[in-house]
Amino acid sequence: MSARGKLWWWLGGLAIVLYCLFPVAWIVSLSLKAPSDLDNGSFLPSAVTWQNYQLILTGSASELFLPALRNSVGICLIATAIAVVLASLCAYAVARLDFPGKAFVLGLSLAVSMFPVISIVTPLFNIWRSIGLYDTWAGLVIPYLSITLPLSIWTLTAFFREIPWEMEQAAQVDGATTAQAFRKVIVPLAGPGVATTAIIAFFLAWNDFVYGISLTSTEAARPVPAALAFFTGASQFEEPTGAISAAAVIVTIPVVILVLLFQRQIVAGLTQGAVKG
Amino acid sequence: MSTTTTGAGAVRAAQRPPRKPQRSDRARQEARLGLLLSAPAILVLVAVVGYPILQAVWDSLFSYKLTNPDARHFVGLGNFTLILGDPIWWQALGVTVLLTVVTVAVELVLGFGLALVMNNALQRLRPALRTAILIPYAIITVVSAFAFRFMFDLTSGFMNSWLPFVPADTDWFASFGSAVTVIALSEIWKTTPFISLLLLSGLAQVPGELQEAAKVDGATAWQRMRRVTIPNMKAAIMVALLFRTLDAFRIFDNIFIMTNGAAGTESVAFLAYRQTIQRLEIGIGSAVSVLLTIAVALIALMFVKGFKVNLAASTRAGR
Repeated sequence: MSARGKLWWWLGGLAIVLYCLFPVAWIVSLSLKAPSDLDNGSFLPSAVTWQNYQLILTGSASELFLPALRNSVGICLIATAIAVVLASLCAYAVARLDFPGKAFVLGLSLAVSMFPVISIVTPLFNIWRSIGLYDTWAGLVIPYLSITLPLSIWTLTAFFREIPWEMEQAAQVDGATTAQAFRKVIVPLAGPGVATTAIIAFFLAWNDFVYGISLTSTEAARPVPAALAFFTGASQFEEPTGAISAAAVIVTIPVVILVLLFQRQIVAGLTQGAVKG
Repeated sequence: MSTTTTGAGAVRAAQRPPRKPQRSDRARQEARLGLLLSAPAILVLVAVVGYPILQAVWDSLFSYKLTNPDARHFVGLGNFTLILGDPIWWQALGVTVLLTVVTVAVELVLGFGLALVMNNALQRLRPALRTAILIPYAIITVVSAFAFRFMFDLTSGFMNSWLPFVPADTDWFASFGSAVTVIALSEIWKTTPFISLLLLSGLAQVPGELQEAAKVDGATAWQRMRRVTIPNMKAAIMVALLFRTLDAFRIFDNIFIMTNGAAGTESVAFLAYRQTIQRLEIGIGSAVSVLLTIAVALIALMFVKGFKVNLAASTRAGR
């Protein structure tokens, strides 16, 4: 490649990084502004302050934020774990076994993943209220499965189809027991795909807003995105902008860490399921 | 372990592709295991999605308000005629279609540009670009919505002082055009990376020899793009379009955070939410939900039949 060509692709790459990080940098900058500094009309704070973080972690807004953070982490982890376990069984069957209804399984999970979430919320809102699941962890874990499960089935099937399953038999021929073959051969082969699927499923659950605001009413189950939207009305301090920004930064940190550690796998997981052939 | 051999099983085993000769009970066992393993996931999906949908269809036939449950009575398709005769529905549908068309079109062009840069970037840069591009994808939509809302906000924002062509006291969320623009910007920022990753994997499938051959034959870069690259990645483009269109059609989070439906920016999903959760009109809300579901199904059908998106290609066994 010519030196000039190289320069252009470098500039293009730089533009992409700027594009991706600009709003993130802005929300970080905003979270470091003092209330009096919020309307300074410029991108950066005049002076860096940590008081927004103090407010949401130990101060008056912590009663809103910390329970929401706990709910988000707990509910999303449970919904992800259930989805990945069920999807692993299902994807193994689809990828490896010959049985009637394979196309139906994939078609159903695709249809569900394209489904408008709000259409499920309407009836669930009413059902949950009458059977006591409204504003509980279980009341969110169950609908979250409608987001995490179809994607997990789809992605894991794509991953499992790439695995050289013959190695399991080869190990057994070499004298390994079924359990050993599973532990020493299958788990290392399937592990990365399962982990990647879990990360993507977790992102989707973590991102949910519709279920969060519709099926909860208190800090008993309200997850962070929903809590952020209600910061304004529910808290006493005058300007929730700084507190919202600080909370937004905190919930973005786990996402950034996962992306930094697993970028290659996440890209493979996102594209493998969708584009093939 | 079953050892019976039935005629039907033998026939099925005989019809199967000639992999290796297998006994029929083996095939039946495999089928049974397959059904057994996939049953829990399928049952959960049907329970979590199928049942509520049927409930919504049922509820949509009643005049039913939670604040007055005793007055619940059957109205047939009354809710639907009520909604379809109301300008609020058509406004919401118009906003949804507008946002879908604009954001998906911009995302496709922008995403293609990003994919081209990533495809051509130096090997050393790729991990950094991949990391950067995954951040908008993985960030919470509500966080993105707040970032853009505060950016354009009258008091905390900086856009009014950065953009030379707008007056300093521009309230972006007060009028329809500017509010929709900011909503679209946030939506585009957050979802373009997903499209670009799909397109990037499509780019990787374009045979390099074809590019070389076209180059040798004297085709310009633009001609190669139009005649070689794009036709060869049509499948990837169509799948990306389908996924994003259906996703854009249910837009809710950005609108909720930025305008809360003010300035005429209410989408169909927002209308369903407002009727059910805020006004407790279960009957009307269910009917809106049913209409949204039908719209999404029609779009999917249009892609699959009209544009011949071959989703089976993506379900095919890996090569």
